Amino acid sequence: MKIHEYQAKALFRKYGVPIPEGGVAFSAEEAVEVAETLGGYPVVVKAQIHAGGRGKGGGVKLAPSAEQVQKAAQAIMGMNLVTPQTGPEGRRVRKILVEQGLNIAKELYLSVIPDRATAKIVVMASAAGGMDIEEVAAQTPEKIIKVFINPLLGIQPYHGREVAFGLNLAPALIKPFTSMLKNLYQLFVDYDCSLVEINPLVITAEDTVVALDAKINFDDNGLFRHPDVREYRDLDEEDPLEIEASEFNLNYINLDGNVGNMVNGAGLAMATMDIIKQAGAEPANFLDVGGGASAEMVENGFRIILSDQNVKGILINIFGGILRCDVLAEGVVQAAKKTGINVPVVVRMEGTNIEEGRRILAESGLNLITATDLKDAARKVAGLVGG
Amino acid sequence: MRFSVLGSKDKHTKLESFEEHGVSIFADENTRVVVQGITGREGQFHTRNCIAYGTQVVAGVTPGKAGQKMDEVPVFNTVKDAVEKTGANCSLIFVPPAFAADAIMEAADAGIELIVTITEGIPVLDMLKVKNYLDHKPARLIGPNCPGIISPGRTKVGIMPAPIHKPGGPIGVISRSGTLTYEVVNQLTLQGIGQTTCIGIGGDPINGTDFIDCLEAFEKDPETRGVVLVGEIGGTAEEQAAEFISQNFSKAVVGFISGLTAPPGRRMGHAGAIISGRSGTAQAKIEAMQAGGIHVCRDLGTFGEFCAEVFK
Repeated sequence: MKIHEYQAKALFRKYGVPIPEGGVAFSAEEAVEVAETLGGYPVVVKAQIHAGGRGKGGGVKLAPSAEQVQKAAQAIMGMNLVTPQTGPEGRRVRKILVEQGLNIAKELYLSVIPDRATAKIVVMASAAGGMDIEEVAAQTPEKIIKVFINPLLGIQPYHGREVAFGLNLAPALIKPFTSMLKNLYQLFVDYDCSLVEINPLVITAEDTVVALDAKINFDDNGLFRHPDVREYRDLDEEDPLEIEASEFNLNYINLDGNVGNMVNGAGLAMATMDIIKQAGAEPANFLDVGGGASAEMVENGFRIILSDQNVKGILINIFGGILRCDVLAEGVVQAAKKTGINVPVVVRMEGTNIEEGRRILAESGLNLITATDLKDAARKVAGLVGG
Repeated sequence: MRFSVLGSKDKHTKLESFEEHGVSIFADENTRVVVQGITGREGQFHTRNCIAYGTQVVAGVTPGKAGQKMDEVPVFNTVKDAVEKTGANCSLIFVPPAFAADAIMEAADAGIELIVTITEGIPVLDMLKVKNYLDHKPARLIGPNCPGIISPGRTKVGIMPAPIHKPGGPIGVISRSGTLTYEVVNQLTLQGIGQTTCIGIGGDPINGTDFIDCLEAFEKDPETRGVVLVGEIGGTAEEQAAEFISQNFSKAVVGFISGLTAPPGRRMGHAGAIISGRSGTAQAKIEAMQAGGIHVCRDLGTFGEFCAEVFK
């Protein structure tokens, strides 16, 4: 799960990670009110959306006066912000963060993430702050400091020193930095984060360490033990169909293509998307109804696929294991009867209770196209949508 | 005479023994299974299926339900009790995600050699701790978020539909997926190609046994003549496996990767199936596999025919 910068900074504040003074605003008037409390100008007005690269898209502005705050906030609020991470459609800005301007002496990069290969928690830091860290990693990997921490042990003082000295920090900054890093690590583990990133972390002209930006992603599997984080969820940042699917415990991702598909199991669902593409069409979604799906879940999944206006044909691919073919067939028939199908549906089933499943579909009176195998299914559906 | 071919990741702490005509790795008909979470809905359902397949399910564990029975299987409060009373050496875990890490560590602490964890949705931080904890134990973990392991005709410790498998080998299957594995296995069987052992290593970012552990065991198994490796987007496990194969693996390998059309930055059902920035793309994995000498099948629709050609 993703949250906004201002929400991440609230967690930083709670954990003693220094941040600029500031506050969130939902209108230009509120932005000025916040700015007036910050004790002087310039201030920075920052669009709050769940995507990076906001500065490049015009979503971050420096304002030297209250008037300029009003102007900047008016320009940003409600704008459709396009960044390298939003895709060409962009994101509507509904909230802004107003913060005090800092005297920046140096920009650093700092992040904490779990490392899959070593099963450790890794702290990554670089003196090349403010830049795309992947770019730095690709061009000059020697400029990235990585410290691996055993989660059973937790962060030790020497870990902090390794990062601090690696960044060539001034002696006076070592202690504030290591103490900040320790707090950041604690936040990471306390909240089941999957990423905590500060880019840039700034050294000010007054020799303080401040998190100018803040990004936190959470492990969805850990959310059950963090009700306060679940409150941070912003439905405005999510696709409406994906929100609806999540209410039915369906794994659904909306894509740009025209062939809807419903599959049991994530790996097979991805492979089904791939085979649709290979047959010359484009998948309209990813939908894994799961191993133990009920007829109701299948029905809801089917309805969600059909409510995507781009869908011109549907491929159902079920390998019956725990999810039996007869249960799948019941769900499809129920959904079709309730919502009505106005696009061709190709069904490919295999596995547990296949005969019963085929019988239910055949006797339903619905106009379903059956496929003998996966290749046949993909060809048929691609042919029907004109792929 | 038969031995359990429980491969060990630490050769210094556990002896590896071979049966002369072994046709499986990690689990066989002598494997004695304790099911953790046996009285739950899923635990009951799959325990019955495993027993029907011939698996020796000798015990179950549900805290507070000692003395009860699930069908004929005695239930204990702790894994330790189950091991002491029944000689179980393998655990099959259906415990809900919030309690699964604890269940895995309990099994390892009770001396269980093979821990198969079906549970999906365990927090990553819990698995990081489990993984580091297991570094100091001889136990092998398979999963989590996996269908388990089957040595067709010998034992099934998992949730896969048994009838699609064909006993007798000669192909081993390793996969990060569930139903995609069934699809692949079914196509092998339809071509008349049997399997020695099929292992679902799981779709989570942090798992126990990885591709390389399985490859090492298959390399040593005389009945396994080739291996099918099914990967997906996310992480670098396939790249590492390809590197290992090019250096250390003598048998033919067919590879398949799902997720060529997956958008970056989105978690595709499996917690581990996510392209992070430039890392973990299907294309990179396919290229690494080809460079490692793996026969990469790009069309799942003709996977069986492709394998028949490679393994003939």
